[in-house]
Amino acid sequence: MAKDETQAEIPADIAKMSFEDALAQLEEIVRNLEGGDSALDDAIASYERGAALKRHCESKLRQAQARVEKISLGADGTPDTEPFASD
Amino acid sequence: MNQTPPDTPDTLDQTPGDNQPPVLSVGELSGAVKRTVEDSFGYVRVRGEVSGFKRAASGHLYMTLKDADAMIDGVCWRGSAGRLEVQPEDGLEVIATGRVTTYPARSKYQLVIERLEVAGEGALLKMIEERRKRLAAEGLFEIERKADIPYLPEVIGVVTSPTGAVIRDILHRLADRFPRQVLVWPVLVQGDNAAAQITAAIEGFNRLGPDGPVPRPDLLIVARGGGSLEDLMAFNEENVVRAAAASDIPLISAVGHETDTTLIDFASDKRAPTPTAAAEMAVPVRSDLIAQVGEDGARLTGAITRLVRSRNQEVTALGRGLPAPRRILEGAMQRVDDWAERLRPALTRVLRSKDEAVAAQGRQLVQPDQYVDAKRRDLASMVARLAAVKSAGDGKIERDLRDTHSFGQRLDQAAGRMLADAGQKLASFESLLESYSYKGVLERGFVLVRDASGAPVLAADALAPGDGISLSFRDEGIVGATVDSVGGDMPAAKAAKPRAPKTAGKPKKKTSPDDPQGTLL
Repeated sequence: MAKDETQAEIPADIAKMSFEDALAQLEEIVRNLEGGDSALDDAIASYERGAALKRHCESKLRQAQARVEKISLGADGTPDTEPFASD
Repeated sequence: MNQTPPDTPDTLDQTPGDNQPPVLSVGELSGAVKRTVEDSFGYVRVRGEVSGFKRAASGHLYMTLKDADAMIDGVCWRGSAGRLEVQPEDGLEVIATGRVTTYPARSKYQLVIERLEVAGEGALLKMIEERRKRLAAEGLFEIERKADIPYLPEVIGVVTSPTGAVIRDILHRLADRFPRQVLVWPVLVQGDNAAAQITAAIEGFNRLGPDGPVPRPDLLIVARGGGSLEDLMAFNEENVVRAAAASDIPLISAVGHETDTTLIDFASDKRAPTPTAAAEMAVPVRSDLIAQVGEDGARLTGAITRLVRSRNQEVTALGRGLPAPRRILEGAMQRVDDWAERLRPALTRVLRSKDEAVAAQGRQLVQPDQYVDAKRRDLASMVARLAAVKSAGDGKIERDLRDTHSFGQRLDQAAGRMLADAGQKLASFESLLESYSYKGVLERGFVLVRDASGAPVLAADALAPGDGISLSFRDEGIVGATVDSVGGDMPAAKAAKPRAPKTAGKPKKKTSPDDPQGTLL
């Protein structure tokens, strides 16, 4: 599954959510569905939302590239970045 | 340090051959002392306890440094006072750096202080504790001020030395757990400039806008490795503590080892015992999260699958209970056929009866020309009747005249007949009246007795002896008499009286004058 496609399927309100909120909502949906009391239409809507939340979480988890930069101050004190190499 | 003694002899040497020292003016001596003192003690470090500390309105600081044996006045000019890392206070053991100078006008000398540091660990700890209390009283360390550390920050700002184990440990641990974008703000972590640089870094990160060229971190880590109390002093400085407390970005402090506590730890949102621990607090473990999200996804799919399957079973079960649609339809279709069969004859019947009604109404309709003929006939008869009435009217006057004549004759005849009839009736009533008259009684021998006034006497009681009475008889003779007695003694005499009848001829005479009416006829 290409990354762009996954992103396109995620509703805007979910795309804006933090990983933590998305995960919390996903778990709430899972618990409710496992309760099994929901009306079928609601359950399917919940499932679709849950699936979108899962994709959002996964995409957040994929964005795990370490990029380390160092702040350097310009002549006027404006901060900028430059590559950082420790050691 | 130069040898001070040789300077003074130079000036005194001018008096040769005399062991006596030369005579100096006070000014000369004071000047010589000043030069000697300032040259010899141009840069000294003095340890002592602050006492009599006073901050003048001008901004200069005055104090005395003392120990068990001596005391020396000290001053810190305003320019230096602003740069002092330690705020002097009475009782504080300090090491003052500066130079000694004299004040010739007063024969005094003093220490001009350029720098102050706290002397000794105990003194340092005491100062830190007092500073902590003061800042705590300001509310800088209140629990309500603490922000939550984000669960998964996108960008982490690290304020620390760019070299050494600390930044390496942090970066390694972050990479192990969850690689993130890290911005390192390089600072000195000890020494004179450290506190100012750390403060500037914290404030600098907070000034970054959300969409600037440098991304604004979600989380700050302020870190330093272990060291002596003096090494860590920058993290106890008030400006650093205030910057950490004021940071809008959640801040983790990780200074020294677990046992070291600096004042920034009170002001930070979270204190990590070591820099490595700070990295662990900063990010969760990515692989754990991947597993957790995967498991949540599986539970999600499982739950919806079970839900759909169980609903499916319910539908199937309910479906079995449904009667066959054909059977429902059959009854209905039969009813439809039944009614459809009855529909056409019913319609025919309705049409026929309407037809008949129309025909009947039609028969009652009069043809227009017949209607006109009838009206014309009516008109003709009206005309004829009108003519008849008119001709009848012409003869009516003649007829009325004739009728008047004949009525006149008939009236005369009728009147004559009526008069004759009336005469006969009158004669018969007269004889009848005559037969009913009291005179008839008199004819039969009775007498009518009247009193003096002429009224008939009907009972003996009405009379008294001596009353005059008259007796009428049938021959109309009247005898006057007088009453002798009243009572039942002489019935014979009374009984004899009615025997004399009397008649009244007057009514007869009255009727007779009417007779001539009959002659009219």
